[in-house]
Amino acid sequence: MNVDRSISRRKFLKSSSGAMLFIGASGLLPMVVSCTNEKEIQKQLKKHQLTAWVQISEDGHITIYNPAAEMGQGSMTALPVLFAEEMDADWSMVSVEFSPQEASVYGSIAWNPNTKVLITAGSRATKGYYPVMRKAGAQARYALMHTAAMHWAVPRTELATDQGFVIHEKEGEKISYGALVPFLEIPENIPDFTEEQLKDPEKYRLVGKHMPRVEIPSKVDGSAKFAIDIRLPNMVYGVLERGNLHGAKPTLQNKADILVLDGVLKVVPFNYAVGIVASTLEQALAAKKQLKIDWSDAPPTGFNSQEAYIDYGKIASKSAKGKIIFDIGNVQKAWKSASKTYSIDFKNDYVYHAQMEPLNSVVKVAEDLQSAEVWVGSQQGGDGKVGVPQALGIPANKVNVHLQYLGGGFGRRSMTDFVTECALLAKEMAPLPVKLIWTREDDVTYGAYRPLTLQRLKASTDQKGRISGFSHCVVGDGGNLAASGIWNDYYDIPNQFAEWRETSHGIRLKHWRSVGHAPNKFAIECMLDEIAMDHGVDPVALRRKLMVKAPRALATLEKAAEISKWDETSIEGRAKGVAFLQRSGTLSTGICEISVNRQTGKIKVHHFWSALDAGVVVQPDNVKAQMEGGILMGMGSVLKEQITIVDGRIQQSNYHDYQLLRMEDIPESVETVIIESTESPQGVGESGTPLVAGAIANAFFSLTGKRLRHLPFTPDRVLEVLNS
Amino acid sequence: MAKYRLNINTKKLDVEVDEGTSLLWVLREHLGLTGTKFGCGISQCGACTIHVDGQPMRSCLLPVDDFVNGQKITTIEGLSEGGNHPVQKAWIEAQAPQCGYCQSGQIMQAVALLEENPNPTREEIKVYMNGNLCRCGTYMRILDAIELASKNITESV
Repeated sequence: MNVDRSISRRKFLKSSSGAMLFIGASGLLPMVVSCTNEKEIQKQLKKHQLTAWVQISEDGHITIYNPAAEMGQGSMTALPVLFAEEMDADWSMVSVEFSPQEASVYGSIAWNPNTKVLITAGSRATKGYYPVMRKAGAQARYALMHTAAMHWAVPRTELATDQGFVIHEKEGEKISYGALVPFLEIPENIPDFTEEQLKDPEKYRLVGKHMPRVEIPSKVDGSAKFAIDIRLPNMVYGVLERGNLHGAKPTLQNKADILVLDGVLKVVPFNYAVGIVASTLEQALAAKKQLKIDWSDAPPTGFNSQEAYIDYGKIASKSAKGKIIFDIGNVQKAWKSASKTYSIDFKNDYVYHAQMEPLNSVVKVAEDLQSAEVWVGSQQGGDGKVGVPQALGIPANKVNVHLQYLGGGFGRRSMTDFVTECALLAKEMAPLPVKLIWTREDDVTYGAYRPLTLQRLKASTDQKGRISGFSHCVVGDGGNLAASGIWNDYYDIPNQFAEWRETSHGIRLKHWRSVGHAPNKFAIECMLDEIAMDHGVDPVALRRKLMVKAPRALATLEKAAEISKWDETSIEGRAKGVAFLQRSGTLSTGICEISVNRQTGKIKVHHFWSALDAGVVVQPDNVKAQMEGGILMGMGSVLKEQITIVDGRIQQSNYHDYQLLRMEDIPESVETVIIESTESPQGVGESGTPLVAGAIANAFFSLTGKRLRHLPFTPDRVLEVLNS
Repeated sequence: MAKYRLNINTKKLDVEVDEGTSLLWVLREHLGLTGTKFGCGISQCGACTIHVDGQPMRSCLLPVDDFVNGQKITTIEGLSEGGNHPVQKAWIEAQAPQCGYCQSGQIMQAVALLEENPNPTREEIKVYMNGNLCRCGTYMRILDAIELASKNITESV
């Protein structure tokens, strides 16, 4: 903090009456600002580039900013809880708002310790903000204690806090945080708290307790605002026709006919779509149906997804290696000295995000085209400006993003294609605000899927039946989208090799909850069971041995085995299967019990048990909810979901032909046990989903002796396997 | 364009829209009752569930023209004062929603179920709720919430 700025800040404070207190932390230099006029505060915050995490009013009401997107994973509560814990705030006085979308102030360091970014993805929100929120909370508490010390003219070191009060025990004095607001004094320096100076996790009062999520009441009375709910004066509506062949170029045949339709204001060409803006949504949608478009060929032309596996198998058989992900020991040696070797292919079809809120946004571009307001449900990305500065060719500080609740993210809302589209329409219509809505058909056919892959796994066992070598070749498009989760850190296998071999079809791809983990862990966990069964070893016993050097992993295995009564035989017609994995730092073991209808081929999951070690758990009930939801989403993807492509064209278009898990499909129980830990928190949102495929396939193997090796396990495929 | 007088949440509301406009767009984009959600537009997901004369219906496929005879339309906004319907309270107690987008429709469907059958079995709940999709996978807690609401409703009678 330079001297000049410090002086001007004091002047500012002097001129204010102190009804509101802002406490923030800008890098290492915390600042405190006080004022009654919110506009003035905003101006001052801007002027001094201050940051603000919290406001306190004289009545003691506290507003804490949540910097992360809220898509149901609970950040809106978890991050403010961390702040309030260190601030020692009275949680009943706390409300939560989204922070401004300014990455330099509110960004997470979970991706790069040197660069703050606003991205809510990869299950990293709690993990990335755990140090940030606690430090900012501790600094807020420090400022309040400093104020009380000045007010009472006593040393700060004699003071303590207790749930919204500063206490001076020696004199029997006590004052609430709100009551301190008029006396606010800014400390010259607020310490840059180190981990050691923060609260001992053993003393947590809010963290780890049952904390109802703050936004849930608004989600049961219809008042929670998603971007699709935004309505602005003079707003017009945009839709795009993008076809079902990714990358094809449109030639509109009947522009003149479209322009004379009721309510149509403009036809806007895109190189991959035709946009229409109309006065009402229904007019825009009606006009969209009338479009006559010739589509060019595109990179996916000629591609047939279900035939791709033949080529993929050939690619896996080539001697040239792909991108080597890891190479430990020497698998070639392991093969040579093996007493037995295994080579098995696993496959997975494309899957679609299917977030319940179709993609949409609202953008208002100023008449001079030099600034924009954006309303969006986004997993953000980088600077938090969701691609609008680039789309409009204006500076980032001229774009104001109003983050809304996300009606599901699952990775799809970490793309900003839909925001760019809306910005381009809004530029055409400036200064009218434009609401762009994707229909479900748009959302499915112009989706960005989890890639189709083929995985060739090889393994060897030695004379004592130990796994001596393990190699994993994944063939598919998308790099890490295909290869994430291919590594095996927790299994003690001396020789391991993993590689990714690239294919490319021009199909749009994106991170899908747990990314490559779901297909890769499916393959790995099934491979282990094949080896276990072949050696007459119990699958849990086999993993127990492999986890000899990974006690935290082993603890999840033992706990899951215990709660599922693994050692007890299932009732007739049912069997259990197990899978273990690490995703986003969290270790988890899942066990399910299934039966199969041999006439219809339908698999029924009766129970799903899981145990996880996620480090410090901020909200235990929410972690359980994430595991339940992740497991059910996993079940949908494993048993039903499938995008297929014929001659480059996406064959599915809505929920009638892209089937999600429904209420009739749910298990009798989904039980999750959290293993206590004081280690740093890890990501949970993606830990449940990738457990499912391996657990179900292994249960099916145990039940029928047959192997399911191609996701999804649709009834047709199950029957084919049963009858093979 | 045509004028329509609708009976929504016990209020008479007038709109002027194109004939055949779906009730969903009328509610959301013309009247600002945005608690009812658009999910699929083909009656496959249940996010747009409302009550018409107490019956759960998918508003995405209902043309506004069919509702000019005073039929009582109820949306999530009109379900209760201050979100205190027993089903809404149970939903909070069970911490059912995640992203929350489908939950208005789930709640409207569940309210209709319990009005028809205050004490349903688990199987009856599953059958009645099967048309309402939840991508976050909150079905276990929706089931819990309905059982909880059922208990609270039947015990208070």
